[in-house]
Amino acid sequence: MYIRDTIAAVSTPPGNGGIGIIRVSGDQAAVVGSIVFTPVSDGGLVSHRFSFGTIRDAANGVKVDEAMAVLMCSPRSYTREDVLELHCHGGWLVVERVLALVLACGVRLAEPGEFTRRAFLNGRIDLIQAEAVMDIIASKSDAALQLALRQGEGALSGRIDEVRGHLLQALALVEAYIDFPDDDLGHTDVAAITTSVESAQAILSDLLATFEEGRIIRDGISVLIVGKPNAGKSSLLNRLLNENRAIVTPIPGTTRDIIEETIIFEGLSIRFLDSAGIRHTKDLVELEGINRTLEKVPLADLVLAVFDGSRRFCQEDQMLLDALAGRKVLAVINKSDLPQVLSFPDGCQFLDTVRIAALSGDGVDLLKRAVCRQFHQSGAIDSREYVSLSRARHRDALVSAVDCLRQFSFGLQERNLELLAIDLRDALGAVGAVTGQSVTDEVLDLIFSSFCIGK
Amino acid sequence: MTTCDLKYDVIVVGAGHAGCEAALAAARMGCRTMLLTINLDAIALMSCNPSIGGLAKGHLVKEIDALGGEMAKNIDATGIQFRILNTKKGPAVRASRAQADKQLYRLRMKRVLEQQTNLDLKQGEVISLCLDGGEVHGVKLRSGISYLSKTVVVTTGTFMRGLIHIGLNNYPGGRAGDQPSIGLSDQLREFGFHVGRLKTGTPARLDARSIDFSKLESQHGDSPPRPFSFSTERISMPQLPCHIAYTNQRSHDIIRSGLDRSPLYSGIIEGIGPRYCPSIEDKVVRFPDKDRHQTFIEPEGLDTIEVYPSGMSTSLPVDVQIAFYRSIVGLECVEIMRPAYAIEYDYVDPIQLHSSLETKMLQNLYHAGQINGTSGYEEAAGQGLIAGINAALRVKGREPLVLTRSQAYIGVMIDDLVTLGTKEPYRMFTSRAEYRLLLREDNADLRLRDIGHQLGLVSEQEYLAFVDKRDSIGAEMERISTTRLHQSEKVVEILTRLGLQDIQNGTTLEQLLKRPEVSYDELAELDLVSRETSAIIREQIEIQTKYKGYIDRQMEQVEQAKKLEASRIPDEFDYSTVKSMTTEVREKLSKNRPDTLGQASRIPGVTPAAISILSIALKSSSRKSS
Repeated sequence: MYIRDTIAAVSTPPGNGGIGIIRVSGDQAAVVGSIVFTPVSDGGLVSHRFSFGTIRDAANGVKVDEAMAVLMCSPRSYTREDVLELHCHGGWLVVERVLALVLACGVRLAEPGEFTRRAFLNGRIDLIQAEAVMDIIASKSDAALQLALRQGEGALSGRIDEVRGHLLQALALVEAYIDFPDDDLGHTDVAAITTSVESAQAILSDLLATFEEGRIIRDGISVLIVGKPNAGKSSLLNRLLNENRAIVTPIPGTTRDIIEETIIFEGLSIRFLDSAGIRHTKDLVELEGINRTLEKVPLADLVLAVFDGSRRFCQEDQMLLDALAGRKVLAVINKSDLPQVLSFPDGCQFLDTVRIAALSGDGVDLLKRAVCRQFHQSGAIDSREYVSLSRARHRDALVSAVDCLRQFSFGLQERNLELLAIDLRDALGAVGAVTGQSVTDEVLDLIFSSFCIGK
Repeated sequence: MTTCDLKYDVIVVGAGHAGCEAALAAARMGCRTMLLTINLDAIALMSCNPSIGGLAKGHLVKEIDALGGEMAKNIDATGIQFRILNTKKGPAVRASRAQADKQLYRLRMKRVLEQQTNLDLKQGEVISLCLDGGEVHGVKLRSGISYLSKTVVVTTGTFMRGLIHIGLNNYPGGRAGDQPSIGLSDQLREFGFHVGRLKTGTPARLDARSIDFSKLESQHGDSPPRPFSFSTERISMPQLPCHIAYTNQRSHDIIRSGLDRSPLYSGIIEGIGPRYCPSIEDKVVRFPDKDRHQTFIEPEGLDTIEVYPSGMSTSLPVDVQIAFYRSIVGLECVEIMRPAYAIEYDYVDPIQLHSSLETKMLQNLYHAGQINGTSGYEEAAGQGLIAGINAALRVKGREPLVLTRSQAYIGVMIDDLVTLGTKEPYRMFTSRAEYRLLLREDNADLRLRDIGHQLGLVSEQEYLAFVDKRDSIGAEMERISTTRLHQSEKVVEILTRLGLQDIQNGTTLEQLLKRPEVSYDELAELDLVSRETSAIIREQIEIQTKYKGYIDRQMEQVEQAKKLEASRIPDEFDYSTVKSMTTEVREKLSKNRPDTLGQASRIPGVTPAAISILSIALKSSSRKSS
C-alpha cells in the first residue's frame, strides 16, 4: 500500500532447497545491504555484481550464514527501485533468520505480490503480466482467508481477540475521559486502564514466546494420517520415517496422542500427523485422542485415510469417511500382501488411491510420490509461501504492538491521556493488522455501553 | 404555476445552522444566492441546547471560522458563558464551549444574512425539486411558485416528515411550534434515494423563577472568556453561570412508572435515536445501577426566565415529566414552560453523497446537516459551509473542496458519512479522528486559513493578521532551535531551582523546552527576548515543541496514507470488470462507490489485498482509456 517505503520478503519457495533468496526493494535496499552483509573483499556492494561474504547479526556480530549478495541500483532492476538480493546457503530456518535481520533494519515485510505490483506501477512490466499478478494476489488472499479460518479454529486468533478486547477496554476508558469531561464519570480509573494493558501485554509475550521456538522449520505441508484402529497407521508412519517413532502394537487404540514427524521428500517438507484411531469407545483417554484427531482434520493440508485391505468395509470406516466429508483425502489401502476383500461403497471421493503393505514397505515410495503430486499439481506449494510470510507478518505486528505498549506504560505517569491513547491505538492498529478490524466504532460502542453519557 | 424569471446560482433550502453557513459562503463567493425557510423568525434557531461547542464540536467551530464561516463570530457576539474544557489534559483535546443567548444568537445571524450582498432571504416551503434529466435546476414551493437555480443545497434538519411525540400523543411538526416539510422526502424516495428515519429529543424548558438555585451548585465560565473566532478580540457580553442538579432514586421510580406510556418503549417511535444523547428514560433503563444522573441547568438568555435542563430529554407524557422534574432537589416547585418531546424525521443516507456533499444520483444537488443523519449545530454548520462552498465552486466550474482526514474534523466527519453512511444520528467525537494531535483547536487557522482566503471567504484584514501570526511562530521556532544556553550565574541558579542541573552548556532552547519541567515562562526567564512573545505565539511554540515526537509520528502516517487518498476512482468505474476481487468486496464497492482508494480502504470488509487489486485495475483502466 505504501508505495515509497522499502519492502523485503523471501522470494524462493519454502522447503529445504539449495539456496534461499531474500529480496529487498526500495530506497533503503543499499543501506540494508551494508548493515547485514559483510563482503569478503574490501569495498561495499557494486551495482549488478555478485559479492561473496557473510551475513551477521548487527546486534551481536554473530555470523548467521555465508551468502552471495547483489545490489541492483534503480532503474535496472525488477521493480525499477534499488533491489538487494541475498542468496543464502542454509535451510529454511536460516532464511527466516536472515529475513528477520533485514526486517530489523526497519524495512517492511512485502504484501503478497507487492514486488510485481511495484514492477508494474513503475512501468517495468506490461498490462498482461500485471493482470496475471492480480490473479496471483487474489489467489494468495484466498489462501490468506483459508489461513484465517484455520487460525480461527486454533488458539492464535482467539488469543489475539483477547488482546484486542483488553486494549479496547483500556482505550474506551481513556477516550471516555477525553470526550466527555462534563459527564460525571468520576476520576480517571488509572488502575483499570493499567490492568487491561497488563493483561494484553502478558498474552502478547506468551504469543511471541511460541513464535521464538522456531516452529517454522517444522511447518511444511501437514498430512494427517487417520484410520480405524489397527488399520496400520503407525506402521505406515514408521515406514515413512524409517524408524520406530510411534508405538506400534497389535492392540487396537494404542496410539493415543497426536504424533508429529517431518520428512523431506522431493524438496518438500512434509509433516505427518499420526492420530488415535477413530471408533466408538468408552475409554476416556482414547476418546481424548480421537477428539484431537477430529480437531486436527480441518487443519491438515491433506488426509491419508488408511484402510485395511484384508477386511470388509465396516461401520467404523464409514464413521471415518463421514468425519472427512469435504476434505482432500487420499485413500491408502494397507495390507496389500494379504488377500484383498475391501470394497468402497458408491460415492466415495478420493484424490487418489494407493495400495501399500506398510510392514514390508511395498508401495510406500509410490505413496510419497502421490502425496507430493497433490501439492505440485494444485499449486499449493506456492500458497505455502504466504502462510509462512503471514506468520512473519504476525510476529512483526505483535512485536510492534509490544513496543507501543512499552511506550504506554513508560508514559503512564507523566503523559496526557491523548498521548496514551495514541500508543493504545497504534498497538490496536498493529494487532488489528492480523485480524483486519477498525477501532473507532468498537471503542464508541464500548463507551456507550459502559458509561451513561449524554446531555 | 408561476416560475420566477430570475435564475439563481445557488438556492439553499432551510435556514438552520447548515443553511445559514451554506448561503453565506455561496453569496460571499459571489454567487447569486437565495435562502428559503419555512419561518423567517426561526433562522439559526437553537432548537435544543442553548450552547455551542464542546469536545470535537468546538474544534468544528474553530475550523468553520478559519475557513471564513459565521458560527464562531455569531457565538462570540451572543455568548453568555465561555469555558475551555479539558484544560488539565493536553492541547489536542482542549475544546471551547459557550452558552448562547438563544434569541440574540438567531437575531444576529438573521441580521448578518440580511446585510449580505448577493443573498435573498425568503419564506416558503419547498415541496419538490425541479429536474432536467439527472440534474437539479430549481425548487417548487407550496405557494405555487418555482425558482430556478444552477445548484440546490438541501438542509432540512428535522423538518422532513417531522413527527413530534409527547407520551402516546403525536402530531406532525418540524419542531415544536413549526409545521413539517411534506413532499420533498417523498420525491427523493421516488428518485431512488434511500431515505431512513431517525429520532431525537429535547428536554422541557423550565421556569427559572420556580427553581431554588440556592440548593444547586453553580458553575461559572472562564474569566476572562476566550472567544471562538480567530478574528474576535474579546467577549463583551455579560456572563451568566449554569447550575448543576441531580436526579435521585425517586426520580427514577417515577420514570419507570411512566414507561408504559413512553412512545419509545411502547414501540410507537421507529426512528433510531442517538446513543450519546439518550433520553432520561433510556438512561434509567440502561443503567439501572446508577443512583443519580447529572443535569446542567443552562440559561436560555439574558432576558428570559426560560432555562434548559441538559441531559433530561424525554418523550414521556407531560404528567410524568412534571412529576420527575419536581423530584430533583432544588426543582421541587418547578413549572414547565414548554414540555419535552421527541421528534422523528426523514434523513437521506449520506453514503449516497460524494465527498463534496453533492448527491451521486442527482447532479447539482447538495445535502448538509441533519438530512445527512448528523446531529448537532456544529456538525450541521460544518457541512453547510462545505456544501455552500462546493455549490459555488460548481457554478464557477471549479473543482470541489474536499478536506482530508488529516486536515480537519470537518474532513473526518464528511469522510465518515459518505464512506460508511450512518444508522444513528452521527455526532463528532475526538476519538473519530485518527490524527487527533494534528487537529487541534489552537491550530485550526494554521490548517485552514489559507484555504478560506483562497476561496474569498476570509477578508484581507483577517488574512494579514493570520500571516503575521504564522510568521511570528516560524521566526520564534527558528530562534529557539538556534539559540544556545550560556550558563551565566543567573542561568545556573534558575536551572538549579528547576532541578535541571544536568543541562549542558550550549543546549538549545528548543531542547530545553522539550523537558516536561520547562514551560515557555521559564524560557522567558532564562532568555530575555522571549518575554515579548504574545500568549498565543507562546502556546504554539510550546505545543509544537513539546509534542513534536508525536506530531511527527502522525505526520508520517499521513504521508504514508496520502497515495491512497489521492488515487481517485472514476464515477463510472465498473467493479464487475475486476474479476480477481471476491464477489463480496465487489458488491460492497459497487454499492458504496467510493471517490478515492483511501475511502475504499475504510469500507469494512474491503481488505488490503482488494485495495492492491483495485489500484492495479484503476491504473490499467486509465491506461486503456488514454
